[in-house]
Amino acid sequence: MSAGTVLHIPHGGGRRPEHAGPDGDGTPARRLYWALADCWTIVRRDLTHTVKQPVNIVWQLGFPVVSVLLFVYVLGSAMVVGDGVDYTTFAMPGIFAMTVSFGFMNTAMIVAIDRERGVTDRFRSLPMAPSAVVSGRGVSDMISAGLDLAALAAIALTVGWRSSGGLPATLAAFGLLLLLRFALTWIGVFLGLLVPNQEMAGGLYALAFPFAMISSVFTPPSKMPDWLGAVARWNPVSSTANAVRELFGNPAATGGSWVEAHAVLMAVVWPVVLTAVFLPLAVRRFQRLSR
Amino acid sequence: MTGNAVLAEGLTKRYGEKPALDGLDLAVRRGAVHGLLGPNGAGKTTAVRILATLLRPDGGRAAVAGRDVVREPVRVRRRIGWTGQYAAVDGILTGRQNLEMFGRLFHLGARRARDRATELLEQFGLGDAAGRQARTYSGGMRRRLDLAAGLILAPDVLFLDEPTTGLDPRSRNEVWEAVRSLAATGTTVLLTTQYLDEADRLADRITVIDRGRSIADGTPAELKRQVGGDGIHVVLRSAADLPRAAGAVARVAADGVPPTQDEAERRVGAPVTDGVAALAEVARILHDAGIGVEDIGLRRPTLDEVFLRLTGHHAAGTEAGEEEVAAV
Ligand SMILES: Nc1ncnc2c1ncn2[C@@H]1O[C@H](COP(=O)(O)OP(=O)(O)O)[C@@H](O)[C@H]1O
Ligand SMILES: [Mg+2]
Repeated sequence: MSAGTVLHIPHGGGRRPEHAGPDGDGTPARRLYWALADCWTIVRRDLTHTVKQPVNIVWQLGFPVVSVLLFVYVLGSAMVVGDGVDYTTFAMPGIFAMTVSFGFMNTAMIVAIDRERGVTDRFRSLPMAPSAVVSGRGVSDMISAGLDLAALAAIALTVGWRSSGGLPATLAAFGLLLLLRFALTWIGVFLGLLVPNQEMAGGLYALAFPFAMISSVFTPPSKMPDWLGAVARWNPVSSTANAVRELFGNPAATGGSWVEAHAVLMAVVWPVVLTAVFLPLAVRRFQRLSR
Repeated sequence: MTGNAVLAEGLTKRYGEKPALDGLDLAVRRGAVHGLLGPNGAGKTTAVRILATLLRPDGGRAAVAGRDVVREPVRVRRRIGWTGQYAAVDGILTGRQNLEMFGRLFHLGARRARDRATELLEQFGLGDAAGRQARTYSGGMRRRLDLAAGLILAPDVLFLDEPTTGLDPRSRNEVWEAVRSLAATGTTVLLTTQYLDEADRLADRITVIDRGRSIADGTPAELKRQVGGDGIHVVLRSAADLPRAAGAVARVAADGVPPTQDEAERRVGAPVTDGVAALAEVARILHDAGIGVEDIGLRRPTLDEVFLRLTGHHAAGTEAGEEEVAAV
């Protein structure tokens, strides 16, 4: 650890690492290869974060788990959503949808922290594929959302929730949940790059909470005041919640409006629209870091 | 190819109405350690970020290692290392994991990234701490890890933005050593600093910038000559000794400049060229002559004096006044 150990930095000769590949951007195939390889390097980093900070998973799952306990055991008996509808089977798909809709706050937080601590700048100073910083974030989010949903499903099964939709429909339901999470990742990246620091990113919860709650997650919109019900019905979170209810064979208690009648369609359309809007915005925001 | 590793002409960058860079010209010779010296807010970070391809200039042009920073950023990135004003390492990852990750992103491949990480950790004295999370490192260790990350490809040009600001003296020495040994191997280093002292110790050439423009350029010796160089001062016990002390100081004064005498403060002073030799010489003469000395020391021109001389205004954020660099 003495200063003297610093004195031998290799340069020239065989010990100097060569620049990788030809000095250009390479062929399209090579570019694609490095875009994927760099993406994977970023994903590995994010996975290491998850492993080294297991407490984050607990935090992330804390609210959904408390919600399960609260709505199933505390409020469940008082909640009436329709004739003969078991509240647990109504609320559980909603809690799945709520969990994925909160996930993007996590994305925003991580992106804001990386930018504030200069890690994003370090990446930008490297000859890596610039797309990897954003694409790596997307893949990591999918993995962490998958883990969240698996843990939540285990809890749901414990409290008596069941899917009666058969395996393909059940898998499709989880696919739709991940699709919503995928779309919200780009909102998370966009917002994470927009806010000046991580404290402000934390404040974005004020946005996420009503977004997840003014929906069909815990109550059917038909029981809300008209104007609020309309907002809730058109909320992408509602479409996903209703779609997975349909696929799980759980009661949906919908009022028969068009958007509710086409829940599965809308659970695909909304994420596609959100991605089409926010992915380019996120990429542009990333590029504008050099302004 | 020219002999310049960095060549910038008329760089401009403004944030809102305020120019951060206002036509900066900069030439850094290949193999040199070049200091970019200026007070807080002078535009040092902005300049370095443009040269490291992190920021686009509004106007002007710049080439690093012969490549245009705006048109060929990826080629520039393969030839540079960059260490920002604040250590940009991942605190959750270990020191080793940080360097391996950056090595992979430099497209070294997994094995060479691992070998390179091992080499660098050893060279920067981080071998023992390699398996610890970087957030547990001291400021100096984190700086060294950050520096190592900038050296993964043994870059042609290394940019260091205030590499020692906020470090304790020991860590500062370690970073200085690292910079010197790098320079000895032929890497061009452009480092920014607010301290004349640091630029003086490390740099072959210095560009002084203020308000986004270069206001002086030269070797440390040339710049110091412009502001008068070191001075020696002696404070006596008794004012009666002033003439004899002035005689002693006159023997070491630069270019035969007559010493200044201050009766009230019992002080004699004069500019000198070789400060330490002059200090030893005067101390010996006064001692041999039995003259009582209360204080004796060297006085080096401060950044603020350099600024005052070059620009006619005080450097923002630095205190006016003298800096005692050696006292016996
Ligand atoms: N992102 C920014 N937004 C607004 N002003 C900025 C930004 N970055 C730098 N500046 C301004 O530009 C000037 C130069 O800043 P900087 O390059 O950081 O100086 P230095 O590194 O020499 O302290 C300062 O006045 C600073 O306030
Ligand atoms: Mg700065």
